[in-house]
Amino acid sequence: MKDNILIIHSTDNVAVALKTLGVGEIAVAKGIEGFRALEEIPASHKIALQNISKGEEIIKYGEIVAVSTRDIKKGEWVHTYNLESKRWKK
Amino acid sequence: MNDITGYERKNGKFGIRNHVLVLPTVSCINGVIHRISREVPEAVCLPHAYGCGRGGPRDLEILFRIFSGLVHHPNVGGAVIIGLGCEISNTKSLLPLIKEAGKPIEVFNVQEDGGSLKTAKKAAAAARRILSEVSSQPRTAFPWDKLLIAMECGGSDAMSGVTANVAMGAVSDWLVEKGATVIFGENTEMIGTAHVLARRAKNAEVAKQIAQMIERAEKLTQEVMGNLASIVISPGNMDGGMSTIAEKSMGCIFKGGTTTINQVVDYGEAPSEQGLILQDGPGYDGDSMAGLAASGSQLMFFSTGRGTPAGFPALPVIKVASNTRIYESMKDDMDINAGSLVEGHPLDGLRAEMIDLMVRVINGEKTKAEANGMDVFTLMTVHPPF
Repeated sequence: MKDNILIIHSTDNVAVALKTLGVGEIAVAKGIEGFRALEEIPASHKIALQNISKGEEIIKYGEIVAVSTRDIKKGEWVHTYNLESKRWKK
Repeated sequence: MNDITGYERKNGKFGIRNHVLVLPTVSCINGVIHRISREVPEAVCLPHAYGCGRGGPRDLEILFRIFSGLVHHPNVGGAVIIGLGCEISNTKSLLPLIKEAGKPIEVFNVQEDGGSLKTAKKAAAAARRILSEVSSQPRTAFPWDKLLIAMECGGSDAMSGVTANVAMGAVSDWLVEKGATVIFGENTEMIGTAHVLARRAKNAEVAKQIAQMIERAEKLTQEVMGNLASIVISPGNMDGGMSTIAEKSMGCIFKGGTTTINQVVDYGEAPSEQGLILQDGPGYDGDSMAGLAASGSQLMFFSTGRGTPAGFPALPVIKVASNTRIYESMKDDMDINAGSLVEGHPLDGLRAEMIDLMVRVINGEKTKAEANGMDVFTLMTVHPPF
């Protein structure tokens, strides 16, 4: 099966959807075991690669890009509704 | 396969092209430059919109740094400089800055050389003379540490920071490992990443310069744009999947790769260090390219998602499309399709493809922007003209 998510950096806890993933669709990338998208992930948006606790940092590009505002399950969509900027608070 | 060749310059640098520049010191004589361009199409003519009416010290500093940087540029084998005579940035002020360029340079002034038609004729003859003089110079092999490569992004989309800039970052890391120097600018697109970039600085001094540069960019953005400053992370960005300014900017700075930042240089300034370099330059592609070119970069990678055809005179620009749709629809303008990552093409394979093309371009193969003549030459300015 072809990759449909991209893990940019090895320490990232989110990956980028290369196409829109439907609910229950298996997310595939080299080096990891496939896992289910728990909700629709729009193309170029982020999917959680692991469970992320409330207050935990969101890592993309190997760097902190945000902080989660609630528990996020592996396979969930990660976006403005469950994270906040460390810099410019919403 | 990785042998690279170029034209050795007297200062020990190597150009990957052997262009003859025709540079006006002021926009009032652009018509003269257009005439020369029609008569000597092989010359690289640089009409522009500057040279008078902006008398502030910072604007003049930038203007002279860019002009002299382009005359010194390793891809330039010789130059014809044309002034009007009464402008602020006259040839008399420019000459001391380029007298040690170590290449044939001829200078004309329209008010002293008989007006526009006669000057165009004389300058065209000079351009032909210099072209024939430099044309006999052979290419010789040169080491990777003589290479300065610029990384630029413009007309970005949601995939730019996911495909194209990630691939360019992989090329950047490969180049630094090879001993080459990589430079990128666009300070407004570093907002939110000061902590990341500063941590990667080689020492506390460079870290401080990075932090100050980004702080200035952020302050200026807020001063100039007021309430609109927040559009640096726009609803469109968010629709594309970017959640925070830090995430958006990370996608941008990733094109420089992940190595230690060894120096911060001013707009248009040539680095004195090797490895990864940051330039304190603006976000707009045209102005940014001029600064990166004047620093002496011989080649540029330029990612785009919406699809800008812009290139830069005397500098081969490799266009990297972030998505397959724009690559296919603007095939005549795009050199690389980083959208192939989405179709499952591995990053290693894409990087190898980009390095292979880069080597061919260094050795003389024309990029799309170069072959199409998509030259853009604009400069950063600080104050409005009077």
